Amino acid sequence: MPAGTLYRGREGMWSWVAHRVTGVLIFFFLFVHVLDTALVRVSPEAYDEVVATYKTPLVALLEYGLVAAILFHALNGLRVIAVDFWSKGPRYQKQMLWSVMAIWFVLMVGALYPVLGHAVREVFGS
Amino acid sequence: MSEMSTDLTKSAVGPVEGESLYDTDNPAPYIEPPRKRTGKTPKSTRGNFEMAAWLFMRLSGIVLVVLVIGHLLIQLVLDGGVSKIGFAFVAGRWASPFWQVWDLLMLWLAMLHGANGLRTVINDYAERPNTRLWLKGLLYTATVFTILLGTLVIFTFDPNIR
Repeated sequence: MPAGTLYRGREGMWSWVAHRVTGVLIFFFLFVHVLDTALVRVSPEAYDEVVATYKTPLVALLEYGLVAAILFHALNGLRVIAVDFWSKGPRYQKQMLWSVMAIWFVLMVGALYPVLGHAVREVFGS
Repeated sequence: MSEMSTDLTKSAVGPVEGESLYDTDNPAPYIEPPRKRTGKTPKSTRGNFEMAAWLFMRLSGIVLVVLVIGHLLIQLVLDGGVSKIGFAFVAGRWASPFWQVWDLLMLWLAMLHGANGLRTVINDYAERPNTRLWLKGLLYTATVFTILLGTLVIFTFDPNIR
């Protein structure tokens, strides 16, 4: 390959890559999540035992990552719909991506305390 | 047809740029559009499945935004976040048909949306026919199993199991 010709992508390509990666991650989580919820048919103790691991600080961090993936996939999915169905969508796809990232950032800041607050209290006491 | 054939004695490039080589007495040759459907074009054997799948991703996506973000708010944000989740909390919510339908709809739409997304990813990256076959077989098996298991759990949930 001649030097300097590698396509490094722009907003459109990288949002497409991120949409795929977050989509696959969410699907794998969903599979596990249905399995863990199915434990309510085994016994209350079995279910509560597994859910107890979901309340540990490490898994709380993973939950924050899951929220990040879902929020991006949801907001960017709405952007994809706008690109496909709104006549001016393709022209404003970059602006819409930056709007998606701004809303995503605000929501992620808002999710910090509810999702990670209990983990911080557990790790640092009080 | 004779007036439609190219005049080979004429150069394709005019002496002055922008000057038209053709006029009403000497019209430009007719060029058939590429990939035009004619009587010889074979009928598509795939039907409209891919188009239906494309539309389903967008329609289910809009519904899932509401269902999943509502689910995240209830499970991870409101009323103490993840700390309050347990068998008793699940029993309380599934006592209401509203939340049963909510979770059932979310399960079916999310699994089908995700399965179709993974089908697209497999189609894009798995090149050997055997690899594609096995990956899709695994995907469809896991999808059917998960949808059936989840549906069964919602419909047969027993708060007095113990």
